[in-house]
Amino acid sequence: MRQASAHGPEKLQTFRIGIMRQARAERMSVNRAQRVDLEVVADLIPPQSRVLDVGSGDGLLLELLQATKKVDGRGLELSQRGVNECVARGLSVIQGDADKDLQFYPDKGFDFVVLSQTLQATRNPKLVLDELLRIGNRAIVSFPNFGHWRVRFSLLFNGRMPVTRDLPYSWYDTPNIHFCTIRDFVNLCDELGATVEKATALDANGQRIGFSMPWWFWNFFGQQAVFLLKR
Amino acid sequence: MVALRARKTNNEADQPSSPVLRFGADKPLKLDAGTLLSPFQIAYQTYGTLNDARSNAILVCHALTGDQHVANTNPVTGKPGWWEVLIGPGKIIDTDRFFVISSNVIGGCLGSTGPASTNPATAKPYGLDLPIITIRDMVRAQLMLVEHFGIEQLFSVLGGSMGGMQVLQWASSYPERVFSALPIATGARHSSQNIAFHEVGRQAVMADPDWHGGKYFEHGKRPEKGLAVARMAAHITYLSEAALHRKFGRNLQDREALTFGFDADFQIESYLRHQGMTFVDRFDANSYLYMTRAMDYFDLAADHGGRLADAFAGTKTRFCLVSFTSDWLFPTEESRSVVHALNAAGASVSFVEIETDRGHDAFLLDEPELFAAIKGFIASAARARGLGA
Repeated sequence: MRQASAHGPEKLQTFRIGIMRQARAERMSVNRAQRVDLEVVADLIPPQSRVLDVGSGDGLLLELLQATKKVDGRGLELSQRGVNECVARGLSVIQGDADKDLQFYPDKGFDFVVLSQTLQATRNPKLVLDELLRIGNRAIVSFPNFGHWRVRFSLLFNGRMPVTRDLPYSWYDTPNIHFCTIRDFVNLCDELGATVEKATALDANGQRIGFSMPWWFWNFFGQQAVFLLKR
Repeated sequence: MVALRARKTNNEADQPSSPVLRFGADKPLKLDAGTLLSPFQIAYQTYGTLNDARSNAILVCHALTGDQHVANTNPVTGKPGWWEVLIGPGKIIDTDRFFVISSNVIGGCLGSTGPASTNPATAKPYGLDLPIITIRDMVRAQLMLVEHFGIEQLFSVLGGSMGGMQVLQWASSYPERVFSALPIATGARHSSQNIAFHEVGRQAVMADPDWHGGKYFEHGKRPEKGLAVARMAAHITYLSEAALHRKFGRNLQDREALTFGFDADFQIESYLRHQGMTFVDRFDANSYLYMTRAMDYFDLAADHGGRLADAFAGTKTRFCLVSFTSDWLFPTEESRSVVHALNAAGASVSFVEIETDRGHDAFLLDEPELFAAIKGFIASAARARGLGA
């Protein structure tokens, strides 16, 4: 987790070691639990909170939160199959679209609104983020970082839109229409007047990247990012 | 034969096979029409046992032409209860765990006071002398039945179509008495198209010379042809084009070729005629008028200044709504608008749209995804209510 981003050049050696370690670790990376970001998200939520999970998928996060934090959890999910599975498992989930249906929720109706791995698939990410900050006292957003070195290298050396293990779609059939990098996201938060209370970057192994690292390092090695926002 | 059948229906209206709760002059039913109904009676069925805490009661609300015989053999038709696929010992709604109550709605014809019941003032059937009944009136009467059992809060209220309207009315009128609510294939109002179909049905009944201005019992007649036509038209709206085509296509009925006449050449014609004919054996024509009117008048948002969310303000009830993709009577959008209102009210709500070509009637059928949703919702609500597994 990081609270600030100022770092001096004296840490260059640390970065160099860090880079080598990261690169090696990622080469060795295997199929660790794909959604480590969910654990990071869960860590940010205190027990008994009121939580809205936007893009709740198969209900993994809501189940985790109900089991470990006894939250009052609700979900909004686009895919009918996901919704039906959630409801059959006793979760309060409705079928709906983050782009269209968030407007129906009241101001500050939830302690936390979570948007996990969904921002990049929305039609209007700025509006969606704005809505999250309106509905929740706090918003938690996790997203794949398009600034990750694999993505950059793929574009640089192959000259083609990157298809990686974590972003397995071709450009023509991807649901992910609005990718951003960690730095892009921080800029958007500024534009919307949102304060970044906490941020975490996860490398390709799902390991948290040390908080002493600067933004550019996160932006290069963070494969996913999780932000806790308030406005 | 017609007179005999007429008498039989009349008997089931006054002296039903079900238990009956009678309310005398001291307990009139306040009607939205502005009058009091008194005396009146409610015919009901129960299944399972009410626990000591009286916390395991589930109220099942029936649809337009349904009745209280949810999970027992219907005394009029001899057929299984209309929701026996869902409700019974060991079933999704397990009567070994829950105390299930279902009652015939006010205005119905199977034992609760309705137009076929005897008007004590005239000793003749009410006919059209019965005031118009609304969904809210039905629910008010159900509340009196629930109070009769000493139940403070129903664990759940569920129902489809007109039954779903009652569920929404319950949750809106008596939120503290409804722990969980399952409105299925329904809406918070009747659409213009739905009112239109109902008007066709009513006009068919009233155009039948045997209707006699609603006093057909006094003439020893029943408007069977008109009611059958009403049912045939309505039945089409309960299905879907795809399901009709799948089941019947353009298949011919017991013949090799078209007859070049107006006999029932096609299977679908024969099927609809059969639906119409069997319906008149079990349903009272005036009651059909009252039931359709009650649905037409239903508009929960209008009762709250046009804002549906206000109908559920501050609710703690847990909701689960279900719609079906091929339902054109209560399309998914109707459920979704209720969901949006519940979201705005900050309510706990689940919403499932089920992919099926079986149309509106899918809620009465063996639909695995419907059952999975109900099962999951009831299980989690039971945990939250402390009713164990």
